[in-house]
Amino acid sequence: MSDLLKRIASGDVLISDGATGTYLQSHGLEAGGCPEAFNDTHPHIVRQMAQEYFDAGSDMVETNSFGGSRYMLEKYDHGGRVEEFNRLAAEHVRASAPPNCFVIGSIGPTGEFLEPNGTATQEQMYDAFAEQACGLAAGGVDGFCIETMSDLEEITVAIRAAKETTKLPVMATLTFDKGPRGYFTMFGITPQGAAEELSEAGSDVVGSNCGIAIEQMIEIIAAMRTATQKPIITHVNAGMPKIEGGKIIYPHTPEHMAPLYTKLVDAGANIIGGCCGTGPAHIRAIVKALKG
Amino acid sequence: MAQLSDIANEFVRQEIEEFIEREDERQHIIDLYAKASQQMQDIAASIIDGDNDSSDSLTSKALDDGVDATTVMDDGLIAGMAIVGIKFRENFIFVPEVLACARAMKAGMAHVEPILSASGIKPIGKVIMGTVKGDLHDIGKNLCIMMLRGAGFEVIDLGVDTSPDDFIEAVEEHEAPVVGMSALLTTTMPNMGKTIDAFIDADLRDDVKFMVGGAPVTPEFADDMGADAYGDNAVECVDVAKLLVGSGAKV
Repeated sequence: MSDLLKRIASGDVLISDGATGTYLQSHGLEAGGCPEAFNDTHPHIVRQMAQEYFDAGSDMVETNSFGGSRYMLEKYDHGGRVEEFNRLAAEHVRASAPPNCFVIGSIGPTGEFLEPNGTATQEQMYDAFAEQACGLAAGGVDGFCIETMSDLEEITVAIRAAKETTKLPVMATLTFDKGPRGYFTMFGITPQGAAEELSEAGSDVVGSNCGIAIEQMIEIIAAMRTATQKPIITHVNAGMPKIEGGKIIYPHTPEHMAPLYTKLVDAGANIIGGCCGTGPAHIRAIVKALKG
Repeated sequence: MAQLSDIANEFVRQEIEEFIEREDERQHIIDLYAKASQQMQDIAASIIDGDNDSSDSLTSKALDDGVDATTVMDDGLIAGMAIVGIKFRENFIFVPEVLACARAMKAGMAHVEPILSASGIKPIGKVIMGTVKGDLHDIGKNLCIMMLRGAGFEVIDLGVDTSPDDFIEAVEEHEAPVVGMSALLTTTMPNMGKTIDAFIDADLRDDVKFMVGGAPVTPEFADDMGADAYGDNAVECVDVAKLLVGSGAKV
């Protein structure tokens, strides 16, 4: 069993990192710009981000590779730089990772629909995820977090691709919305359904990230816990984004979220981190909430 | 007031019974379907079912049988999408199902559209549609465009990642009175406001009406940024657009 899985199996609640996208946006990345290109053009900022999260108390930090698939990079004319951007992303986190801490390769959606909803085939998506996973592995990741997904088919392909090509541990999380009839992903998957299917697809850790505030995430995690014995990971937004004075703000402060992080653990989460709008201060709040 | 039993198509009756819970909406839908022929109801059923082979052959047959193209569109295709829209809003179906219904709609429209264009019927209005700068999502926009064209609008599709200048150029070139903007990313939503500001700076604000939509967009946000209208879904988009062209924009 890998060190990462052993650590997770130890029973301790682990702390992941905070947001990458919103962090980079407040450090020079223009809205609509390519975050992964920063691994090449602004390596110092990417390394600083990882350092800040480790310093704040993260046991694991994710790589700046969320949109690092060929499909996503092609939109910026960087389709030929998948290996390079993903490898650099991993190297930047590895550079500041203390011993006993972990580097997690972030893999996000391709942005495409599988046929018949769209034009992508399973083989094409598999190849794209495999290419990305290999680049991350070459840069030294300990495992992957396949995240912010809505389509069970796509996330399953990604899990297979990552596991079969690298043999590294895989964590997989979906994004849910609260609608008139409960929690569903855009593709109609429920938290319980997700927990079952992701476990069956071979993911080592399952969970949810993004798209919702912590109050609702607690309910989502509780629902997932009823359907799986696997470790559960969640990366939670600093609330739902609002526009104030022409700028996007995420309203949930570390102080607001602190008592709710403990409720996440009670609901069944084993690994807790932050998604959009969170930063090192939120991670420090998780540390304080969990360790007193 | 029509009754559920006045609707001949059994599948449609079941859909209404099972999925349309709001009383006023249910009566409105029953009235809509009850006045349509069974042949039209069957077309609507194929849309609700996401069956593009059926919608293709049923639409083609109806037109061959001499049914008016506008009737086929309104009582068949659009009536079907009305129920699809309600089911989607209420979380009975999700994106994959809506896409299947959209494909069925497209198959039916392929037969209807040429007839409508050839008939020389003037479009009821011109709409410029685009997803804003920095945003590459377009499912919602494309669904809206299909519905708008179905309803008789001439639509100029600017695609994704559309800058304020692109919108301005399009309005000037086509003299369209309505601009529809879509965004799926919260981070690109401010570009809707930036686009409206660009029109103000170019002294064009009074020449157009703006309607906005997209998953993270809310009526409050639409108001804050100075848009004229907000649409929650593709079916509503048509109603909003009709309202905006009727409201006397200059061009």
